[in-house]
Amino acid sequence: MSTIALGASRIGYETKTYFRSPDTLFFTFLFPFVMLAIFSAAFSAQGEVGPPGSEITIAAYYLPGMIAAGILLSGVQNLAVDIAMEKSNGTLKRLGGTPLSATSYFLGKIGQVFVTGTMQAALLVLAGWLVLGIELPTEPEKWFTFAWVFVLGLVTCALVGIALSAVPRSGKSAAAVVIPIVLLLQFISGVYLQWNMLPSWLQDIASLFPLKWIAQGMRSVFLPEGWEALEQNESWNLPGVAIALGIWLVVGLVLSRVTFRWIRRDA
Amino acid sequence: MTTNDVAVRVRELRKQYGRKTAVDGVSFDISPGETFALLGPNGAGKSTTIEILEGYRSRTGGEVSVLGTDPAKGGLDWKARLGIVLQSAGETGLVTVAEQLKHFAGFYPNPRDVDEVIAAVGLEPQAKTRIAKLSGGQQRRVDVALGIVGRPELLFLDEPTTGFDPEARRHFWQVIRGLKAEGTTILLTTHYLDEAAQLADRAGVIAGGRLVDVGGIDEIGGAGARVPLVRWRDRDGGLREERTQEPGRVVASVVASLGGEPADLEVIRPSLEDIYLQLVRSVDPTAAPEEEVLA
Repeated sequence: MSTIALGASRIGYETKTYFRSPDTLFFTFLFPFVMLAIFSAAFSAQGEVGPPGSEITIAAYYLPGMIAAGILLSGVQNLAVDIAMEKSNGTLKRLGGTPLSATSYFLGKIGQVFVTGTMQAALLVLAGWLVLGIELPTEPEKWFTFAWVFVLGLVTCALVGIALSAVPRSGKSAAAVVIPIVLLLQFISGVYLQWNMLPSWLQDIASLFPLKWIAQGMRSVFLPEGWEALEQNESWNLPGVAIALGIWLVVGLVLSRVTFRWIRRDA
Repeated sequence: MTTNDVAVRVRELRKQYGRKTAVDGVSFDISPGETFALLGPNGAGKSTTIEILEGYRSRTGGEVSVLGTDPAKGGLDWKARLGIVLQSAGETGLVTVAEQLKHFAGFYPNPRDVDEVIAAVGLEPQAKTRIAKLSGGQQRRVDVALGIVGRPELLFLDEPTTGFDPEARRHFWQVIRGLKAEGTTILLTTHYLDEAAQLADRAGVIAGGRLVDVGGIDEIGGAGARVPLVRWRDRDGGLREERTQEPGRVVASVVASLGGEPADLEVIRPSLEDIYLQLVRSVDPTAAPEEEVLA
């Protein structure tokens, strides 16, 4: 079978195992839903928030952040932990002894991230719309922005996740290494805490990492006009989003290629 | 250099981990269709040797050819001709036996029929069970099934029956005999010497990173190691034994001299295990190469 056909077969297999793994299902797939529900409920007493004339519900404010968090979790957390586990439990070694190419293997991983991440984002948007009554944008340009930020963000996060999987020394330590990084990023990148309430020095630090840019791109889609005034330089800065994610995509790709081994390297 | 009449050719293989020498000048050949057992205590260099042949590890020195290819340069086409059963792994097993085999069969150009493979390893009742829910021995059979589903020309079996009950082991031997009959070349490592005696045509014994002996399963250790032992008690109850090529004659003369049936009479032919233990004990891992005990 060709590399592509085998990659497709891997996507089916990987997606099947993703949904059969309770840990992944909760901490990667459902986590943004849980957080969206908690934040919407916790801050509902605040009423509407935002610049005068552009007020929205707190749930509407958190939706783009949770979509961004879902992209980060589906890519970085999911793959970094998953591949580190596969390295230590013998899965990779077994695959490395078969005629499966590394390219097909990674097509399977990235495809799985794509399938599950798309389902997650679609369900978040639907839940926000149907359950929380959030008004969705109607302009086609907004949905075009959504599409490219989503795809670029997801591919970048998948590659960063693959690169990060080389860091944990064992499968057991993988979650302990990866989850704090991912959690910290969510706190400083405008996912859990309102972006405009963070001090500018913290915003500058967050700007070094991809999540801030994904969240910013998603806010540009889902928040009404007037909110851009609360961003850095009072602009959505979509070219900046594209450049920052592009740089991280290349970094992730290079590190993935350099660090990947079917088995741990010889002593 | 390499011709088609050897499946595996190893010459002066060396592997160094830092200053420690794990494999120190090992040479052997495996002919096509042959089953070769690599025996040796833990840490002797068996697994390192086998992982070099499988292409997992690089070597420090020597020549290796597996199915005509240097494993260090083996591509996907080469891997498609191998079957590898590693020492047991701890995979998550979220798919069923049939799902896993169907998926792996798809990697190979000319795979075996999945249902036949499942039947061959005796897992038909468990075909729709998730691998995580199987017993250790059943999971091991899945490993074996995954190793043979690609219809390999050369099959590596690294301690395949660890954790099997005696019945499962005998069933497994039948499976391997079936593969042998189809002409599959097999490289086996095992701690069960009766398994090696049952399955292998030839064996090599590794100790301290060196090949101590290599030969037919009924020749290894040399003729001297196979001399039968006659053991009996004489009149005052003392245990006597005599190594002899003519046990019948010795027994006859003992009976004659005792004037009747000797107590606790035994004629013992050294098993492969006895010979192996003798070979391994005779090797001091730090000994100089000249002290090697080659038969």
